Amino acid sequence: MNKPVSRTVDCVSENCPMPLIKTRAAILDAEKGDIIKVIGTHPQSFEEIPMALEILEKNILEKGHEDENWYITFEV
Amino acid sequence: MRTKTGISHSKFNKEEKIMEDKKATLIVHSGDFDKIMSAFILGNGFLSMGFSVTIFFTFWGLNALKIKGFNKAPLSRMNFFGLGRYMIRKKMKKYNVASLNDLAENFKKLGGKIIACTMTMELMGIREEDLRSDLVDEYGTVGKYCYESKDADTALFI
Repeated sequence: MNKPVSRTVDCVSENCPMPLIKTRAAILDAEKGDIIKVIGTHPQSFEEIPMALEILEKNILEKGHEDENWYITFEV
Repeated sequence: MRTKTGISHSKFNKEEKIMEDKKATLIVHSGDFDKIMSAFILGNGFLSMGFSVTIFFTFWGLNALKIKGFNKAPLSRMNFFGLGRYMIRKKMKKYNVASLNDLAENFKKLGGKIIACTMTMELMGIREEDLRSDLVDEYGTVGKYCYESKDADTALFI
């Protein structure tokens, strides 16, 4: 992945449904082409945010784990 | 303000559209704390997936829309004169679960719509000025809810 991250959404320690809400809010605030990285710890959100991105037709660039957090990087 | 193709909000990217073909509506009949939590969690969930969402509040649900109404909503079970509600709110803080107020405000921030039922407002002696103006978008009765639901993928009763 070459494009720099435009915005990081920190959902560490946040519980359902805040990671989903914050991801959606970040998309609504962003410009087309922005790269957003969401980081968090809630296990189910790591599964559910990609589901939302699929419906919203946003391309996931990278996802995985860093230390105790998961991350999902996508393009708006 | 909601437009046909998306949210009109100066803060939001005007390119971003709500999925026109995806909609969810909910009726909140209950005034119970946990049931209203569920309603706003579901509403936020659908909004996060790009649906447009309308929640119609009626009967006891209207009590929750009152100024400071969220603080007074009882648990549906084991309320024990407010002790149960106190305990669950303590657990919510421990597990970092968003408060009812945060859920409601985020629901509005993401473009969710709230309609208050005027017929049951009259029955229950509730006036417009008793309700939170930052939450209620419109006033209406059953026809408005049914019209909102005519093209909904999901309609829920809580």
